[in-house]
Amino acid sequence: MLVHTRKGRWAVWAVFAVVCVPLFALPLLVIATASLSTNWSGVLPSGPTGVHYASATRGESLAALSVSLQTALLASVLALAVGTWAALAAASLGRRGRRLMDALFMLPVAVPSVVVGLAVLVAYSRPPVLLNGTRWIVMLAHTVLVTAFAYQSVSAALARLDPAYAQAAASLGARPWYVLWRVKLPLLLPSLTAAAGLCFALSMGELSATMMLYPPDWMPLPVQIFAATDRGSLFTGSALAVVLMAATSLVLLAVSRIRTEASYR
Amino acid sequence: MPEHMMSEHAISEHAMPEHATPEHTGARGPVGIRFEQVTVAYDGTAVLEDFDLEVGAGEVMALLGPSGSGKTTALRAVAGFVRPARGRVRIGDRDVTDLPPHARDVGMVVQQYALFPHMRVADNVAFGLKARRTPRGQVAERVAEALEMVGMGGYARRYPRELSGGQQQRVALARALAVRPGVLLLDEPLSALDARLRSGMLAELDRLHRELPDVCVLYVTHDQMEALTLADRVAVMDRARLREVGTPRALYRAPRGSFTASFVGSANLLPVTRAGEGKVRFGDTELRVATPGPGDGGAAATLCVRPHRIVLGDGGANVLRGVARAVQWRGATHRVALEVAGHEVVADVPESASTPRVGDRAAVSFAAEDGVLLDD
Ligand SMILES: Nc1ncnc2c1ncn2[C@@H]1O[C@H](COP(=O)(O)OP(=O)(O)OP(=O)(O)O)[C@@H](O)[C@H]1O
Ligand SMILES: [Mg+2]
Repeated sequence: MLVHTRKGRWAVWAVFAVVCVPLFALPLLVIATASLSTNWSGVLPSGPTGVHYASATRGESLAALSVSLQTALLASVLALAVGTWAALAAASLGRRGRRLMDALFMLPVAVPSVVVGLAVLVAYSRPPVLLNGTRWIVMLAHTVLVTAFAYQSVSAALARLDPAYAQAAASLGARPWYVLWRVKLPLLLPSLTAAAGLCFALSMGELSATMMLYPPDWMPLPVQIFAATDRGSLFTGSALAVVLMAATSLVLLAVSRIRTEASYR
Repeated sequence: MPEHMMSEHAISEHAMPEHATPEHTGARGPVGIRFEQVTVAYDGTAVLEDFDLEVGAGEVMALLGPSGSGKTTALRAVAGFVRPARGRVRIGDRDVTDLPPHARDVGMVVQQYALFPHMRVADNVAFGLKARRTPRGQVAERVAEALEMVGMGGYARRYPRELSGGQQQRVALARALAVRPGVLLLDEPLSALDARLRSGMLAELDRLHRELPDVCVLYVTHDQMEALTLADRVAVMDRARLREVGTPRALYRAPRGSFTASFVGSANLLPVTRAGEGKVRFGDTELRVATPGPGDGGAAATLCVRPHRIVLGDGGANVLRGVARAVQWRGATHRVALEVAGHEVVADVPESASTPRVGDRAAVSFAAEDGVLLDD
């Protein structure tokens, strides 16, 4: 941690505990606690129970979890494919072309997601492409939102990739596709999995654009959480939130286990 | 059989010498490299200008020059990683100027080796073979053969990160040689190694070339020792231009320009004036030189004399007298710097009792054939 005296190290840990624990850990702890109680009127909650979890993993809630997982999976796979392809294309463009691509893919990040949601809604509400009222409009909006992140992390990784590898491969007689498949993509794999994880997590938590688009038969978990807390069922909402958190973390953990030889570089 | 196919068949049979199997020399027999007026520019600045050079089949050509002189650029023009603004590059009888790198049939080893970190040594070496769709059965055999050639047979299962710098260098060489390219491009392949390893690898490269006499090698270096040891001919480069080409011996014995004279070996460059057939004046001393030529009296010229061709005493044809300004001990020799007629003359003399001390007056001399008049 760049601090070498024992006292200094303790001081750094103390600051870390004071600043980061309340900021990041405490709210999550509160939710976890709330999800296990029936009543919270004093300083501490009371009436420990597992009933919220029982309902959070059944029926409508379970369906919402499955909707979220499917949406996030499809959106992050599509985003990774499109983002990687666009980043590779941008890398082979000139300086001006690359700037244009960067700007294009910055848009969904720069524009508030409510606006992106509205834009998607308006654009696909009438023929020829009529997606409104179907699950596909949710998936489309999520893909648009997270592709920007995929594009950015892949193009950052591409910029760091030493061109000597691709050149060595080409001079050995490998065609561009072969170089891409056997050299560039394997070397980029650590960044690709990181990007996929990021996209997945973002999509799992997306609420604002989804709110404007979701059809009755495709209600993702964040919307369910919002509806629960809106009704006043704070404890049920908390249990759902914990389920969302756990599901996302599990998937991220699995993705981070995809180790490649390239990551030992 | 259509006529054009017949004639093609006939030609290919004649053009192919019996011993050269197609894979051996990139399907074309031994090839050389030819640069024709190649100019490369970055943002309007020429980094290689009107570069004209021919490297014969089986020849080892060293590109020697200071940092930034355009050596790597010339090499990359052959490999296809820079596009010349003007001029053509030929490999054998093919004009490769407009071909993509993968279609050029060159082997290349760069300074940082660029071994693929995610592949084992054997897969690195097999890469070019697989990319060229070499039949599966042959790949393993050729990989083993290439690794054996560089003495790395026992390391096939390792990853590049598990090898030392010298071993990585050998693997990079094996990877380039496995595809049996017609030309081999080496860009300062030894510069990442320490001095001892470097001289070992130099001997190894020399042996490899004797084993593969048909491969044309372009060897970029800024180390004159490497160039003089390894190359059949040396091309001296300076500031984007080719200065001189010749055998190491010719460049050393009789450089034509002062840049070559001082870059290849060390040299005394003395300002002289011409004074008739085979004679020049240096200060008020008249010197005899071997270089024939018009003795248009009074014209300024530069005389090159190698320090180790100068001896102590006044026994030679040309005698210079002056005061010793510095004496350095260099093991087998002393380097004596004399001030003669306001100029410094350096002599490498063997250790002896008569070596002058700083401040002594001394005479040195050299033979007429050791004085080379330069063009500039
Ligand atoms: N991609 C590039 N963009 C702009 N200028 C470049 C580029 N590559 C090389 N140059 C310039 O071209 C000139 C020649 O470069 P080159 O790499 O050929 O030199 P070199 O003789 O190989 O030198 P060294 O011994 O240091 O490797 C240098 O002045 C360098 O700054
Ligand atoms: Mg260079």
